[in-house]
Amino acid sequence: MQHAAAPVVPVVQASHEKGQIVAFAVMVAVLVVAPAFIYPVFLMKALCFALFACAFNLLIGYGGLLSFGHALFFGWAAYVTAHMAKVGTIQLPYPVGWRMWEWLVIPLPPLTPELAILVGTAVAALLGLVAGWLAIRRQGIYFAMITLALAQMMFFFAVQAPFTGGEDGIQGVPRGRLFGLIDLRNDLIMYVFVAVVFLAGFLLIYRIIHSPFGEVLKAIRENEPRAISLGYKTERYKLLAFVLSATIAGLAGSTKAIVFQLASLTDVHWAMSGEVVLMTLVGGLGTVFGPVVGAVFIVGLENYSARFGEWVPVIQGCIFVFCVLLFRRGFVGLIEQAARIKL
Amino acid sequence: MFEIFGIPSQALFGQLLLGLINGSFYALLSLGLAVIFGMLNIINFTHGAQYMMGAFAAFLLLQYLNVDYFAALIIAPLVIGALGIVIERLFLQWLYRLDHLYGLLLTFGLALIIEGLFHYVYGSAGQPYRLPDLLSHGHNLGFMYLPDYRAWVIAVSVVVCLATWFLIERTKLGAYLRAATENPTLVRAFGINVPRMITLTYGFGVGLAALAGVLAAPIYNVSPQMGSDIIIVVFAVVVIGGMGSIMGAIVTGFGLGIVEGLTKVFWPEASNTVIFVIMAIVLLIRPAGLFGRRA
Repeated sequence: MQHAAAPVVPVVQASHEKGQIVAFAVMVAVLVVAPAFIYPVFLMKALCFALFACAFNLLIGYGGLLSFGHALFFGWAAYVTAHMAKVGTIQLPYPVGWRMWEWLVIPLPPLTPELAILVGTAVAALLGLVAGWLAIRRQGIYFAMITLALAQMMFFFAVQAPFTGGEDGIQGVPRGRLFGLIDLRNDLIMYVFVAVVFLAGFLLIYRIIHSPFGEVLKAIRENEPRAISLGYKTERYKLLAFVLSATIAGLAGSTKAIVFQLASLTDVHWAMSGEVVLMTLVGGLGTVFGPVVGAVFIVGLENYSARFGEWVPVIQGCIFVFCVLLFRRGFVGLIEQAARIKL
Repeated sequence: MFEIFGIPSQALFGQLLLGLINGSFYALLSLGLAVIFGMLNIINFTHGAQYMMGAFAAFLLLQYLNVDYFAALIIAPLVIGALGIVIERLFLQWLYRLDHLYGLLLTFGLALIIEGLFHYVYGSAGQPYRLPDLLSHGHNLGFMYLPDYRAWVIAVSVVVCLATWFLIERTKLGAYLRAATENPTLVRAFGINVPRMITLTYGFGVGLAALAGVLAAPIYNVSPQMGSDIIIVVFAVVVIGGMGSIMGAIVTGFGLGIVEGLTKVFWPEASNTVIFVIMAIVLLIRPAGLFGRRA
């Protein structure tokens, strides 16, 4: 980053963050108490999607970049993690002629869950670097279409690649022992792990938003030509924001693969990209807590409307239309407006 | 029978023809997207669903009212276009002053609703649509067999694309349209009803999508998800071509269809992804798109 060219970064005030500290305390309290009342598997699902939505929100809410392809990072991280935890051995194709491939085989044992998640997240970061590098060449609506198209391309790769198991996905992924010691097969222990991962990711995003880097990002969102004229290399900021967002989305996908012991085409499908947009929109674009609220709301809704099966997309579509026309601030945005605080 | 690059000519030209057919749909759909984007500043995510509705309209007209293919070719675009006008009046008109992204999100939601409803009623299995008798034969051209219907699809698509180009670039109405795209306030000051023009433009773009749907009905099965399968590829086509130029959208659409067809011959596994790869390459070399102007 360009430290030399950062003369006008406003100092973040500590006073107005009181509301956020209270909200954070409430959130942690809910995380501690919730498993006593609510089925832990549902909670873990909600937390994985909440982290996914927070990562997505980092890009749209603070960088003003609408990615319509975030399932790419979520889903591929899930595939890689599931593969590393279940099989371990890596097979990479390299070309030896026209449509002829040889396989480079790296024999590895199945990894422990934290290492598998680490590898999955790293792959998401790498994918984010490539996708971001391509997508930031265009702005606005084109950016959304490019990310969607790249995600669709990787969806087709996932359909064809041998290790993803096609329509079946990778099933029966062992949860394993954390650090080789703690057995994650117990849902409550798994929940504690997921909650810790979620909080770590959430705090990382909070830190990013409130860093000088985050301030520059907001400046780019508000007025990119002006940020450029102030000497910021806006492409680098946007690319870093994209990579960070992809990485954390990957962390969410990797954790999800371990929790549900499954990685499938659903995770890389465009409908998943749409879902994370919906969660963030419902909760409140550009608010710190909005994506969490939105994710819990949508996951809960899907849980309860599961018996309506085929109606889920219709319900989601209706929520989209309603939010865009009448509810653009989202739940948290509405609270912000009513209580005049920043959340 | 002869061979080209070790591929039998029958297979090569067959796939080329299929590529041109796909290209016809890409051209019609990206043209509609470009026309709508020019006036409304909205990327119409519902476009795929409207293409699907066009195909279903033809199917339902035949099934229940015994309206034949050629009448459906006229009626379906009119009906679906009229539905588009209703959508514009009900939903889209409230978004013009907001960030473009909200238009994308709203039309995405509408697409989910429409596809979900059709899925509920018709399931995911495709419904066959019988070829019209008049076009059900074919001709042997020596190097390949040309089914009449395929030639018809390409011909209709080319004619409609060129007519649209002529309408927008060479007529007075088109001149108003282009002026309103550049500066709506000024054009309004000259006494032209710009909001009505916007509404009709949306109806026209949607009608183009529905027309593509009717053309597609006898080739592909009529199914609720046929729209979402194609719309993402069309987005990539639009990124490659850039939406600034009508002719650009047409040429890019047909060109990419042909490239996709050729890929099916030489590297079948890559045919799903080739358009996206081309998009990535174009972004690297000409970020504004082949026919785009730098914004």
